Amino acid sequence: MQRTRPVGDVLLKVDDITLSFGGVQALSGVSFDIRKHEIRAIIGPNGAGKSSMLNVINGFYHPQQGQITFKGQTRKQMRPHEAAAQGIARTFQNIALFRGMSTLDNIMTGRLLKMRSNFLFQLAWTGPAEQEETRHREFVEHIIDFLEIQSIRKTPVGQLPYGLQKRVELGRALAAEPELLLLDEPMAGMNVEEKEDMCRFILDVNDEFGTTIALIEHDMGVVMDLSDRVVVLDYGRKIADGTPDHVRGEQKVIDAYLGVSH
Amino acid sequence: MIYREAGQFKTTYRADQAVFPILQDRIAILLILAVAFIGVPALASDYLFLAILIPFLILSMAAIGLNILVGYCGQISLGTGGFMAVGAYAAYNIALRVPELNLLIVFLLAGGCAALVGVLFGIPSLRIKGFYLAVATLAAQFFLDWLFSRVGWFTNYTASGSVTAPQLKFFGYIVHAPTGKYLLCLCLVTVAAVVAKNLVRGRLGRSWMAIRDMDIAAEIIGIRPLQAKLSAFAVSSFFIGVSGALWAFVYLESWEPLAFDINRSFSLLFMVIIGGLGSILGCFLGAAFITIMPIFLNQVPAALGIPLSTATVSHLEFMIFGALIVFFLIVEPHGLARLWAIGKQKLRLWPFPH
Repeated sequence: MQRTRPVGDVLLKVDDITLSFGGVQALSGVSFDIRKHEIRAIIGPNGAGKSSMLNVINGFYHPQQGQITFKGQTRKQMRPHEAAAQGIARTFQNIALFRGMSTLDNIMTGRLLKMRSNFLFQLAWTGPAEQEETRHREFVEHIIDFLEIQSIRKTPVGQLPYGLQKRVELGRALAAEPELLLLDEPMAGMNVEEKEDMCRFILDVNDEFGTTIALIEHDMGVVMDLSDRVVVLDYGRKIADGTPDHVRGEQKVIDAYLGVSH
Repeated sequence: MIYREAGQFKTTYRADQAVFPILQDRIAILLILAVAFIGVPALASDYLFLAILIPFLILSMAAIGLNILVGYCGQISLGTGGFMAVGAYAAYNIALRVPELNLLIVFLLAGGCAALVGVLFGIPSLRIKGFYLAVATLAAQFFLDWLFSRVGWFTNYTASGSVTAPQLKFFGYIVHAPTGKYLLCLCLVTVAAVVAKNLVRGRLGRSWMAIRDMDIAAEIIGIRPLQAKLSAFAVSSFFIGVSGALWAFVYLESWEPLAFDINRSFSLLFMVIIGGLGSILGCFLGAAFITIMPIFLNQVPAALGIPLSTATVSHLEFMIFGALIVFFLIVEPHGLARLWAIGKQKLRLWPFPH
């Protein structure tokens, strides 16, 4: 595959992250980095700590130890909305859309951080408030075109089939124009066609918008095809890190997935 | 057949974002406004104004306020009566102590006071949800009831605890006739509905609905729960406060704290639920249902010539009314507004099946 944007410098660096819930050690001493414009996969068996890792990155969990450097700024703790303001967006394993709102409104909420018109103008729906609304609507329409969901623009998302809901959720995350996009199992529960569509969208997002993507996925075929580099977690520890081909050959990875005889 | 939108192409985002994107709807709303502003004042009787239209309009405004909180932001509240009381007593005290102030400004300030109190009692919503929040707002209701009946300053130390509103005087003109009062309420409610619609379809409304539908995802998108919830409490209480002031000054004229007790909170919640959560139109439908239905039921036996004692009629009224509420909730849990929307959808295709 020919890439228009080469992989750049380190965008996010996770250093020695340790997270535990009571006596359960979710992550212990995990370190890795994500470079600009790359697609980075995080894989591992169930309960390996993949989702916890994403939750740490976007400020939902606060690790007991370790630090995160995003765009050169080091931080220890952050609220999710602060992470959003810095340019981290994500989708969820179980769809977390606003079910009562239309597709359009869902994606428009992704733009909320960029809207700041005065309360008084909003009351009257004139001047800056209206111009802003139209401007952002235009951007959102680009995303709707991009994801090919024009026909469901005004449909409440609660009525949409699963695959489309996943797509709308991706759209909502894209609307924030994130620098780092975290995808938590974007293809879980999809059939082959839907998976292929989703793969195409992920590659296009990466290529056209230049968005850096970190994704968790269980479908190994997808992971090996899409990602530039792969981190493998098992029981909260990093057991391998590198290109798909490299990771595939690691004995530890094979052991983690297939089990070892004692 | 008349309700067809074929041929109405939207060529700008602005046209698509309009409140009434369909031409027929625009015509209908203009007709309704024309009837409300011109037809009704010319034709209606004093009884119709005082017993039905004025309370309907004022309660619609309160329902709009409550719907913003419950229907759009998903924060349940049983303190509506208390917030209306804040508006009423704030307006009373401001008008009493600063008599030269224009009454419209008094109403706005009363709304502002209610907004402040609303924010104060909304703070627990940052920690608690659902039933627990309902109990917390119930506490607000009881506290405010107690405050206005026990602290003499609010009622200007009147012995009976009942207070009387000053004359309704705007720009030197005294509004006394029912028609004038009706037009006053109609203007204010129209403005309130437009403002509420503008808010809920914009940035603020989306952040409220996001909090309602999935607060965790809302926070990850960058919405601050604190700002979203408290702004909903503020805007909602503002409308409720203004409607409380109107209820006191225009409808009741003299009142005591009992006028804003827990029953008021419940009946407003019924209006919002029956009318349709998350719909401005629903506020009007719900208010109409709750205000007009009892009167209608009351008149039916007499109109049909059935000889029933007044006591039986009022008992029957309660029973039928309760049954109707249950019926509507079973048939359409999303309220009258949803029924209307479904009807409109059907009308677009009728008489063809699809």
